[in-house]
Amino acid sequence: MLTKKEEIKSPRNTYGETLVELGTKNPNIVVLDADLSCSTQTCKFKAAFPDRFFNCGIAEQDMMGTAAGLAYCGKIVFASTFAMFATARCLDQIRNTICYSKLNVKIVATHGGITVGEDGASHQALEDISYMRSIPDMRVIIPADCTEVKQVLEYAANTPGPMYIRIPRTNLKAIFDPNEYSFNPGAGIKLRDGKDLTIVSNGETLSEVLSASKMLSQVGIEADVLHYPVVKPLHHNTLKDSALKTKKVVVVENHSVIGGLGSAVCESLCHWAPSKVYRIGTKDTFGQSGEQRQLMDFYGLTDKKIYEKIIKFMDVK
Amino acid sequence: MKTFTNAVRKDILKMIHNAKSGHPGGALSCVDILAVLYKKVLNVPLEWDKSADFKNRDRFILSKGHASTALYATLAHLGYFSKDLLMGFRMLGSKLQGHPSSRVNLAGIEVSTGSLGQGLSIGVGIALALRLDKIKSKVFVLTGDGEMQEGSVWESLMNANAQKLDNLVLIVDKNNLQIDGATSEIKSLEPLDEKLRAFGFEVYSVDGHNYEELEKVLIEAKNSDKLCAIIANTIKGKGVSFMEGNVSWHGKAPNDEQLKKALEELNAD
Repeated sequence: MLTKKEEIKSPRNTYGETLVELGTKNPNIVVLDADLSCSTQTCKFKAAFPDRFFNCGIAEQDMMGTAAGLAYCGKIVFASTFAMFATARCLDQIRNTICYSKLNVKIVATHGGITVGEDGASHQALEDISYMRSIPDMRVIIPADCTEVKQVLEYAANTPGPMYIRIPRTNLKAIFDPNEYSFNPGAGIKLRDGKDLTIVSNGETLSEVLSASKMLSQVGIEADVLHYPVVKPLHHNTLKDSALKTKKVVVVENHSVIGGLGSAVCESLCHWAPSKVYRIGTKDTFGQSGEQRQLMDFYGLTDKKIYEKIIKFMDVK
Repeated sequence: MKTFTNAVRKDILKMIHNAKSGHPGGALSCVDILAVLYKKVLNVPLEWDKSADFKNRDRFILSKGHASTALYATLAHLGYFSKDLLMGFRMLGSKLQGHPSSRVNLAGIEVSTGSLGQGLSIGVGIALALRLDKIKSKVFVLTGDGEMQEGSVWESLMNANAQKLDNLVLIVDKNNLQIDGATSEIKSLEPLDEKLRAFGFEVYSVDGHNYEELEKVLIEAKNSDKLCAIIANTIKGKGVSFMEGNVSWHGKAPNDEQLKKALEELNAD
């Protein structure tokens, strides 16, 4: 399932291209943006289907309400802007209008996490998963590479109901072989087999985790690596089996340690397989400006930093 | 018409009395608007989603969801659902939620509302979808005047104009009061007509309790190919002397004695 090809691609380009493919197949698909269509790449859909693209301007609350109205009339709606503005700014509309009425709106948020980079804290969504995960009927998905982004979008277009899909600003390393990988919304997937600890991740930190697990292997620590693109609903089986085996779990995510994948894993494990869980993500803090890789390093999300943290964690009895 | 609106008003008061909570003031202010809309203006099949013509219906969104009793009673009295349901208002398991919910599958309720300032955006989305699907129906959205303080309303007013919608009608139930007092004192909206005009709307002002005036203007707006807003000047608590213009009746239930007095007034009217 894993690719051998070394390739780095923009998930936003994949988003734009996939939207056009989906829109060609299905005339019911409409796309909304809030003045960031060049950044989110929904502009590709606009160019292909100008009648089915609506730019709501810098007005995210109105965009989500408009998305709800379109979805209510049977449209499959993709609404996009940066993760910061696609969640916090219009949380009430997402909760009370989209989710309460269980409408078919797919919020595809780009620029999730610390790797927004130089724009700094005001634009770095570190809490978006926490907000979205807490709303009833909202499904939350964080794909890890462009192959998965495409498949998740296809799944979203064919699955009714509200959904939050988060993609980063950064280009993503190819992880999956498009000919072999098939996105499964109903299970976490094991990408590496170990016995000493379980590492859970998704999104752009997954490739860092895969690299860190190789470094760990070189010092004799073999990790189960689990990929959980679907943060909600979190299917516990793969996680439970792995945690019962290793008894030590590390979660790595480009998000606050409060309310994201780490929290979801803890909520699941405290019931199914109580384990020692170490959450690696941004602490209870705002981000700051910096170059993407520098920020990953500063907040402990690079393969090397993850490796170092896990070595320390493994000493904890 | 008067017999109808009196019956609706009486049920509003009974429902709120029975539930021991609810919003009589803003419900009573929009009764006459809803009556004229549903009896004279909107094309909404009584069979609701069982109708072959369902997709061609006009859409009505009660953005001021706290006036739910007015909508529930209007729909029940017209036969969209049984009047027996009315006294379940606000009770556990009832289809008549405190604020309208589309989750409970109640004929006549389009989308969930309750958190203010969202109905117009939903209306814009519906209007866009109808245009895409070449369906000729109209979308009517009723907001309160206090609700116009929500910034999101102005976002959607801008969008309605930018999208050149000709199938959307905004009705403002302008009863001049909100929970904390007079809208003019808390955060004045004036000049509301000029503001709406500046946002690209064709603006009408009517007496929101005058059936003939309401019908004339609503029909004109329905047939218009312009973006229309109707400011309906109303009295909060209309129909019950001690509730009229009295801000304390925004969100409280009448006690037994008050209900009796109110019903007597409406019976005598």
